[in-house]
Amino acid sequence: MTTAVAHPPVDSHEGEHHEHPAWLAHHFDDAEQQFDAGKLGMWLFLVTEVLFFSGMFCAYALYRNRNPEVFEFCSTFLNEKLGAINTGVLLFSSLTMAWAVRASQLRETKTLIGMLAATLGCAAIFLGVKAVEYSHKWGLGLLPGNLYKSQIEGAPHSEVPYLWYLCIPPLVLLVCFVLYYVYGVVAASKFHLRIAGPLVVAAGCYFAGVGLGVFLESGEEHSSEHASAGHDEHAAGHDHSEDHAVVKPKVDFLGTTTGPLNDVAITPAESATPESDVNQKGMAGLFFSIYYCMTGVHAIHILGGMLVITWLIVKAANLEFHSKYYGPVDNVGLYWHLVDFIWIYLFPLLYLIT
Amino acid sequence: MSAPTQEHSHDALGHGHGHGHDGEFSHPMPIWMLLTVFVALLALTVLTVYQSTFSLGNIEVWLSLTIATVKAGLVIAFFMHLLWDKPLNAIIILSSLVFVALFLGFTMMDAQGYRENLIMKPTLDDSQPAAMDVPVSK
Repeated sequence: MTTAVAHPPVDSHEGEHHEHPAWLAHHFDDAEQQFDAGKLGMWLFLVTEVLFFSGMFCAYALYRNRNPEVFEFCSTFLNEKLGAINTGVLLFSSLTMAWAVRASQLRETKTLIGMLAATLGCAAIFLGVKAVEYSHKWGLGLLPGNLYKSQIEGAPHSEVPYLWYLCIPPLVLLVCFVLYYVYGVVAASKFHLRIAGPLVVAAGCYFAGVGLGVFLESGEEHSSEHASAGHDEHAAGHDHSEDHAVVKPKVDFLGTTTGPLNDVAITPAESATPESDVNQKGMAGLFFSIYYCMTGVHAIHILGGMLVITWLIVKAANLEFHSKYYGPVDNVGLYWHLVDFIWIYLFPLLYLIT
Repeated sequence: MSAPTQEHSHDALGHGHGHGHDGEFSHPMPIWMLLTVFVALLALTVLTVYQSTFSLGNIEVWLSLTIATVKAGLVIAFFMHLLWDKPLNAIIILSSLVFVALFLGFTMMDAQGYRENLIMKPTLDDSQPAAMDVPVSK
């Protein structure tokens, strides 16, 4: 406790019976010990996370080793562009998170809240794009395990508006946050406005992500509709040149097919040949089990990260961080970078198989 | 929480950046370093997307994994600033990667042994229910 006395405590209004600042738990000698203890615990947690994800990477490695052609086939259903954009978004959120740690150390509260808000917004964009990817696949019947529907041209697509369902929770949150913001304005409370602003922006960013995803996904959809209609080749050809990278692998895989007819689904005749066994529940369905498991658990980690970043924004709005107490920002940052770290491996392993 | 930051940081400066008991222990990353790492990560992402447009056969997965590992290394070293962290923390996280390598390595080593037990079997008839439980005779 002597060191705490030597330094004028940052906040002493709670120190009725202890001579230490409120931000220093009484069982620690000094700020550095508290920081190091917290950080050690965080690294140990990250080790458990790495080992947890490695189980899923192990399943991936085994099944890809067993049936590489299934992975080549199924990877063509994943939109590379959306995956690449999400990678960029996550990398940017890592940048803003690292910047937030710096701002908390230097006690730049405005920068800190801004950077945390940017991180939260990027996480929301990521989830918005992910929602478009998921709902698109659900509509096509690209589902895990036995739910998988063989991709046959002309098969009826599900008419369930999955994307709208996925937009309901964020929409409710957006309304709540806007109401909270209005409350902050009415109450003229800087504290509440500092929290509500980033939350409104983040909820809005989800819909920006959805819009971005729909825009990029619709390009592909558009061309396939033209193709299956079988006429208007001229207009379809224009779209194809843009989607060439996505379409090409499947054409290579099937070997026999050329032309725009095989953009999204393969013909029944081909699915009956032995090489097309992959387009079955036991094969492609298992790929999608692995896909949904890995990206889904990753998305849950994003959601968890968003919750703790919100907690950080509340603390930052309360002006709690300074050069001797920034452990929470640093540790949440470590967690966030780990989520980014996992995605860095997921992206090439799932989206970029040729 | 109102805090006299100014006095605080002056105080800290007086003690220098040593690891003394009541010295300053924070290490703010310079902004240029953060931005450089970010640009490098973006460039590597573009590279990995670009290399996937070539078909390089078996090397490809190893190439993309190598690029991913370089990216992961940048994230760990700079964004998680492990380079300036306590050696103990570095040992902990790196040892976890060693154990992951052991885990995956040993699993893949005898994968051929139970290859046929992996349930990824084709079912030729799409209407057949419970595709993965039914043994397929080919």
